[in-house]
Amino acid sequence: MAPGTTTMTNGINGDTILKVEHLSMKFGGLMAINDLSLEARRGEITALIGPNGAGKTTVFNCITGFYKPTMGMLTLQRRDGKEYLLERLRDFEIPKLAGVARTFQNIRLFSGLTVLENLLVAQHNALMKASGYTILGLLGLPAYRRAVDASIEKAKYWLDKADLTDRADDPAGDLPYGAQRRLEIARAMCTNPELLCLDEPAAGLNPRESAALNTLLHQIRDEGVSILLIEHDMSVVMEISDHVVVLEYGQKISDGSPDHVKNDPRVIAAYLGVEDDEVEEVIAEELDGGQR
Amino acid sequence: MTASTETGHPNVLAKAVREGLFAGVIAFFMFLLFVGIETYQDINNTLVWRTRWGLLAVFVAVAAVGRFLTVGFIKPHIDRRKLAKAKSGVLEISENKSFFHRHFLKIALIFLVLYPFLSLMIVGKQGSLKYVDNFGIQILIYVMLAWGLNIVVGLAGLLDLGYVAFYAVGAYSYALLSSYFGFSFWLLLPMSGILAALWGIILGFPVLRLRGDYLAIVTLAFGEIIRLVLINWTDVTKGTFGISGIAKASFFGIWSFDTGTTNNFVKAWGLSASSVYYKVFLFYVILALCMLTAYVTIRLRRMPIGRAWEALREDEIACRSLGINTVTTKLTAFATGAMFGGFAGAFFATRQGFVSPESFVFLESAVILAIVVLGGMGSLTGIAIAAVVMVGGTEVLREMAFLKVVFGPDFTPELYRMLLFGLAMIIVMLFKPRGFVGSREPTAFLKERKAVSGSFTKEGHG
Repeated sequence: MAPGTTTMTNGINGDTILKVEHLSMKFGGLMAINDLSLEARRGEITALIGPNGAGKTTVFNCITGFYKPTMGMLTLQRRDGKEYLLERLRDFEIPKLAGVARTFQNIRLFSGLTVLENLLVAQHNALMKASGYTILGLLGLPAYRRAVDASIEKAKYWLDKADLTDRADDPAGDLPYGAQRRLEIARAMCTNPELLCLDEPAAGLNPRESAALNTLLHQIRDEGVSILLIEHDMSVVMEISDHVVVLEYGQKISDGSPDHVKNDPRVIAAYLGVEDDEVEEVIAEELDGGQR
Repeated sequence: MTASTETGHPNVLAKAVREGLFAGVIAFFMFLLFVGIETYQDINNTLVWRTRWGLLAVFVAVAAVGRFLTVGFIKPHIDRRKLAKAKSGVLEISENKSFFHRHFLKIALIFLVLYPFLSLMIVGKQGSLKYVDNFGIQILIYVMLAWGLNIVVGLAGLLDLGYVAFYAVGAYSYALLSSYFGFSFWLLLPMSGILAALWGIILGFPVLRLRGDYLAIVTLAFGEIIRLVLINWTDVTKGTFGISGIAKASFFGIWSFDTGTTNNFVKAWGLSASSVYYKVFLFYVILALCMLTAYVTIRLRRMPIGRAWEALREDEIACRSLGINTVTTKLTAFATGAMFGGFAGAFFATRQGFVSPESFVFLESAVILAIVVLGGMGSLTGIAIAAVVMVGGTEVLREMAFLKVVFGPDFTPELYRMLLFGLAMIIVMLFKPRGFVGSREPTAFLKERKAVSGSFTKEGHG
């Protein structure tokens, strides 16, 4: 059995793709995430929001293997029912085996490669297998040629979705900012993920680019790919997400539908700033309304 | 005012005079102690000094007049030309390149194939020895080494300062296995490559975690370790004496180049005895090895592994986020590069007939790396040109007898090799900061193949 796979179904629901349980991350004496539990449902857009320094990107880095969590369990269930414990996988195995792809807050494209090449690099694992780990590919076997054609078709498909077909042969570093964001998402999609993690995809986009991004994300969700995103731009979050989780100081303070979260006094307090004793008051008032 | 349009604005001339004087003053103080005063030992072996005001005056005058001319005439002239060009609105990029430019690779290859015959025809057998061996083979060895290192540095972006170690592994593999067991060149050539690749992997494992400067230092240390082992393991390697009498390569076992054997190449073809035939044969062997290196590099670049190498150079973290195993990717780059170094090493051993640790000093690594950087990282054509310039340049320096007429009979141009090297590199890097060929050919395209400008590619962080 591959490392990190588990056959036992520890209560993970069929429509849950990612389950984070009691996740804690310590940097020296700093508790960046403190006993965080959350779930992302399959086929939904889950947004992770919170003020600066709340630990959103740290959660992302734990899920995508760039940090090893201090404590906690991260279970990912693939469509075929196989479950992976992400904290036990090595960073490159998470996209490869568990089907989790990510983008970065500060765009990380292969700027000296063309747009098309960026999308082909993303299909590395599939192509490596098809090329018999390079050896069969050097001989130019027809199976490898077919795989190459298929990879270019797939790249074309995502170029079209991301509206980048015209720039396919330009270096990625030459694209304007908004297009680079879309390319990074398209590149992540070329790894065939089941869960796509986007770290502030709308940062620095103008309203038109932001709208284009929303369309792209909806299309991705309609293909059955679940999305987990960090976002500061509230208009984006409220418009596209099905489920919102709010973090503050490494702890979850609210969890639910966008409308629910928008009206949660804790969230309002966290974003607008309220005196500590006032928060207690506000919560006490709200508790009558079924707030947990 | 109108009269001044020809020679430049009076302000420009005033500025030129001012800057010229200023340059003269700076030059005076700069060279005062270096040039103006000379120390020497007199007959009693005591150190005394004398002045050389005349020479100092020449230096100062050259600096002052040079600056005056540059500011007053040359720069305004260049500016006027640029302005005129900008006004006429013609872009500098022209679509139709010259015939030579378009078919450069084909012409170069045909020239290389004909090269030994051309030199035989023009300078005869004895003269060809120099041209085929010192120029042809020597340059091609460096082309091959630089192309091998290019996989590690240029494609994967891993700075390797100890590449010569793999060259040494290849050379000693051939030298030892051939003298102890008597295996033939054609058997040992692939074996040397495989052994070097193995050492590439052995080196690769511990250094994979390191990046940038740290990686460079460790690879540098690895190169030195190999050399010191070769020096000190005297039982096997004979230490600094080196291994001599290494067997010559045969013509695929059909003809031998050793004199006195029954299947001697010269006898079999009824030619007059000369070592030039062996050199010509070696020339074609190294040419074939170079072509193999180029072919494999070009093919690998279009394979997923080659793309992963280049992606690794661009951004390692992004690679990992896409599921690329960076450890194995780096290892394959190291091993592939080392393998070509090993091939070149085996060839070097058979060509010299002698190997010693002195051939594998750090300077060799530095020269190979300089060729890769000068040529433009990742570009095979650029690197080949750089090898011709750097290695051919040093060989040409040996031929510059006329320089003795200029600088006096004591002048030995070879001694100035490194100085000229450095100067040439600075000049090239000033005008072509990305090397001779700074752009990169994409490995796949949808509509048209556009070269990627060097300003977008990265050098890698280790």
